[in-house]
This record gives sequence, structure tokens and C-alpha cells, in this order.
Amino acid sequence: MSLENPNAIEVREAVKRYGDFTALKTISLSIKDNEFFTLLGPSGCGKTTLLRMIAGFEDVTEGAIYLYDEEIAGLPPHKRPVNTVFQNYALFPHKTVLDNVAFGLQMRGNSKADSRKRAGEMLELVQLSQFAGRKPSQLSGGQQQRVALARALAPQPKVLLLDEPLSALDLKLRKAMQLELKHLQRETGITFIFVTHDQEEALTMSDRIAVMSSGELQQLGDAREIYESPRNMFVADFIGETNLLGVSVDRVEAGQAVCHLGGGHALTCAAVEDVAAGSDVHLSVRPERLFLTPEAESADGMKATVRENIFVGTDITTLVDLADGPQFTIRTSNSERGNKRIFEPGTPVFVNMEHGAARLLVD
Amino acid sequence: MATRRYDIKSYSGFLQITLLCLFVLYAPLIVVAVYSLNASESIAVWEGFSLRWYADVFTGSESAKFKVAARNSFVIAIIAASVATTIATLAATAMVRGGKFRLRAWSFGLISLPLMVPEIVTAVATLIFFNSIGFERGLLTILLAHIAFCIPFAYLPISARMQSIEDTYEQAAQDLYATKRQAFTKILLPLMLPGIISGYLLAFIISLDDFIITNFVKGAGVETLPTAIFGAVKQGIKPNIMAISTMLLGFSILMVLISYLVSRTDKKP
Repeated sequence: MSLENPNAIEVREAVKRYGDFTALKTISLSIKDNEFFTLLGPSGCGKTTLLRMIAGFEDVTEGAIYLYDEEIAGLPPHKRPVNTVFQNYALFPHKTVLDNVAFGLQMRGNSKADSRKRAGEMLELVQLSQFAGRKPSQLSGGQQQRVALARALAPQPKVLLLDEPLSALDLKLRKAMQLELKHLQRETGITFIFVTHDQEEALTMSDRIAVMSSGELQQLGDAREIYESPRNMFVADFIGETNLLGVSVDRVEAGQAVCHLGGGHALTCAAVEDVAAGSDVHLSVRPERLFLTPEAESADGMKATVRENIFVGTDITTLVDLADGPQFTIRTSNSERGNKRIFEPGTPVFVNMEHGAARLLVD
Repeated sequence: MATRRYDIKSYSGFLQITLLCLFVLYAPLIVVAVYSLNASESIAVWEGFSLRWYADVFTGSESAKFKVAARNSFVIAIIAASVATTIATLAATAMVRGGKFRLRAWSFGLISLPLMVPEIVTAVATLIFFNSIGFERGLLTILLAHIAFCIPFAYLPISARMQSIEDTYEQAAQDLYATKRQAFTKILLPLMLPGIISGYLLAFIISLDDFIITNFVKGAGVETLPTAIFGAVKQGIKPNIMAISTMLLGFSILMVLISYLVSRTDKKP
């Protein structure tokens, strides 16, 4: 916590308990200034609880939360310079779009005229100026979403909190809004904390992602780190698609772990901390980093039989059965080059891994 | 899932039963309304159209009595409805927004108990209460009794309305720098207004219309419209009673209509 560049939010050993139930188990994390930060996890993982603790709707059972080095855990919501975009938008139904956006400015003590003027500018930013006089119920879901965004941004909060704001939109609109949100974050320079259960959304938009499950922080890193170097089984399984296999470690030497899996297939991959010879661990390989060849290309090629090819548009998913071993899912891009690696069901093939594709998971 | 839709109108006897119910409910009222326009001294013989009994209500021998009674009734109804609605609004806020608190279920029971208790029991109990504390009966006792029994009637539409308002609105207001009080006055109260108006009108009508409790707790010589009408009827029904009843009926319909329109404009976007 240096003075010249303080973190936007710093959560220090925060715990949240409801009676006997612990919703958050001792979470510590720092969110940098001007960052697009995502809290990602399945429902009930505590991500919304953490967001509501930052907003001030839930008190902190233990620990502290700092906003630019200022302790905020004890402040009521209206004294925290953070604003929220709610999941159901929570636009005031009895106020016009303009008055909704002006509300925060007015409550902060700006004059009515000044608030409205700046609210008008915010509506321009989200391209809804022509709807200023309408009631929220007269707008589409996507438009309401943008009003909620304008309303939360209008008072120029230090941090913007977004609670699954895109979950009610259809796929196309959601994709468009993802990009718009990202642009808006860059333009305004405000720190965004985004809560979602959609891993693709998180990967697309975030500078950094905190993966959470059962009230605990599982991993924190940028999209590539989280996807390519998952720290544990939960993260590997939750982010994207993966082949999760039980393996036994035969020996560890020179940073490489030599393992075997069911059916006696041997493979070598980068060792991770805490991995010991003789232990049973898991291995994660992304389907797009596996490829099939008619003959063994290296000593690590595993003998298998093609079971099924599934056409999914951009890709072709192939299921293969390892000889006496587990099943693998392989994804091949639907391109001229990729199609050369597609084999008819029943064909004997070899499964190969790209270098560094296998990731050992200790827990 | 396509469930078959049954149209109640297709059942045999639907029309007949509906007409019978409407007839039983409204025929007496229509008879009263029609005979209030009778020129005859008799309440049973039609002698032609006349507004003389309406004039009689305002200028006849009993007009002074009715005027005082009507004024009492309206003053009591306005004050009782206002106080009851205020208390009911606060009670609803505590019950719906107060989170979980001890004896919450009991509190709700306590608020709605007067709806369950036979009115005559409430009347006797109220009378005994006033007597035992030595409170002299008069307009004030009527007013206090009315405030008390109007609360549950005002409470029901207000709390129903409040339950339909998600608490994220107040959270959004507080998130946007409004204090708890500002979130209540600027966001929650305007959203609750249709419920509050409904509750007020209901309490007003209930107070205006009450006879049993009023009759028990009123002092000697103090009359409200219902007790005055009852007193007049004891000396034989004259057509002026029908005229005054019809006016009360018209007023009630107007109130219900306003209540309906308030709740309807609210549903429109």
C-alpha cells in the first residue's frame, strides 16, 4: 500500500457470517486503480456478498475494507463514494429517465438544474438522450440497463460496482454490452468491479479475475493465467472446458513430472509445487490443445479409438477412448487444416498434447 | 405446458346464478334509491317522481338533526382515517421493511385482530374500557374508537402495496447518496402512495359507515349519521330516510371509484 499509487479497493481478511453460516471465509484481495476487476463464481460462492459489503449493504463481520486507503467498512451506503448497477437495475419507476440519472447528483447536493444538465450529458454518453422524458417501464431491457449504468456513473463514483448487470439480456445484446462496458471503463477511468457467474463474460472483459467458490478465493489473475494455469480442480473445471484426469506421479525430475494414467499411458508434464512422487493427483488438458494423428508422433502419443465427432460450427468436438483408459474430449477448429485431423469413428489414432498443455493440479 | 383453459362462462347455469346473486345483492338498494324519488308520504305506494324528500333532508323538520349528525360523521371519518392511515403506514413500514424481529407474527396478529373479532365484542370492550378509566362519552370517545378499528383496514392495502415494492429501490437510493430518511420520503413513499390512498379511503368509508361501535361509545345526544338514521327509523320509516341513504350510497360508490382509479393509473406504465 504505497502512498503514490493506492489500491482502489483493498479487502483485508474480511469475513462474513450470518449466524452460524459463513458466507465469506477470510478473503483478502486488492483491486488496482482504474482496473476492470471481475468476481467470478457459481451462485452462492459469496461474490455478491463481497460486492454488497463494498457497497455498504452488508456489514463486515471481521476484517476491513479500504477505498483508496480510507477505511469504509463502518460507513453507511450513502457515505461511500461507490455506486452500484443492480442486477434488476432498480430504476425508480415513478421518475423519468432523466430524473433517475440526476438523482445521485442531487442527493450529493448539486442544484436541480445542474444535476439535470449533467444527467443529460450522461444520457448522451450512453446514447439515450431521446428517451430522457420517458418512464423506465417504457424502455427495453437493454435501454434500462444503459440508464442504470448512466445513473451509477453520473455522480462520478471512485469505484463502480456491477452486480450481474447483463444476465437479463439476450446473447447478442449481452455481447454488445460487454464491449460497451469495457470501452466505458477505459473512457471514464473509473475502477469497475464486475460480478458474474459467466466465465466467458469474465474472460472477455476483465483485466483481472478473482475466481470464488464456497466463500473462498480460489485464484486471482488475468484471463490467460486463470485459463491456462488453473491453480486447482475447481478453477480448471469452472473456467472453460477441460479434460480432468486422475493420474499417478511416478517421479519428479528437473521440473518435470512423469506420470501415468489409467491403462498405463505415460506422459510427462511440468511439475507444480507440492507434487511428490507416488502421489495421486489430477491433470487438466484443454480440448483445443490436443490433436489426433494416425501414427505416434512422439513417445507421449497415446493409443486411442475415435468414438464420435460432434459438429459445433466453429469447431468439431471429437470424443476418443484411450485404450483401456479414460475418455478424452478434443476440439479441432473447423478449418481446412483442422479437418485433416478429423477421423471417422472407430479409427485407431494417437492422442497428442501440445507442449506445456497439461497442467497438474494438486487439490 | 399447455393446460386447458376452462372458461367459467361455459358452465351451465352460470348466467342464472350470476343474475340471482346480483339481484339479491342490489335489488334492495335499487328499491331504496327508486323510492327516495317518490312523491308519496308512504314508503310503499308510488305516486310519481319528486325530489321533495331530498329537499326534506336539508330543510324538513329533522334536517337540523341530520346536519349535525352528518357533520360529526365526516369530521370523525376524516380525522380517524388520517390518523389510522398514518399509524398503518408506519406499522406497514416496520412490518414489511423491519427485517426479522421478535414477535413479528404476533405483531401482525395484533394489527389484524379487530378484523376477526365480532364487532359487538369490540363495541362492548371499548365501552367497558372507557367506563373503567372514567372517560366521559362524547365525540372524542367515538373518534378514538374509530381510529382504533380503522387501523387494520388502512393497514391491509398499504402493506400489500409495500410488499410488491422491491427493497432494491431503497438500496439504490441509498447507494446514490440518499440518507435512509430521504430514501423513504423520495422513493418509498411515492411508490406506496396508491396503497396509502386506498387505505385512507377504505378507513374513511368504514368510519363513516360504522354503527355498532359508535352506538355503544357515543355520549347521550351525540349522533353520527348512522345512529341518527337508526334513531329516526325507530319512529317509523319515512321516505326522507331513503333519500339520505341513497346519498350515502352515492358517496360510497364515489369513494370506491376513486380508489379503483388510483390503483388503475398506477398500473399503467
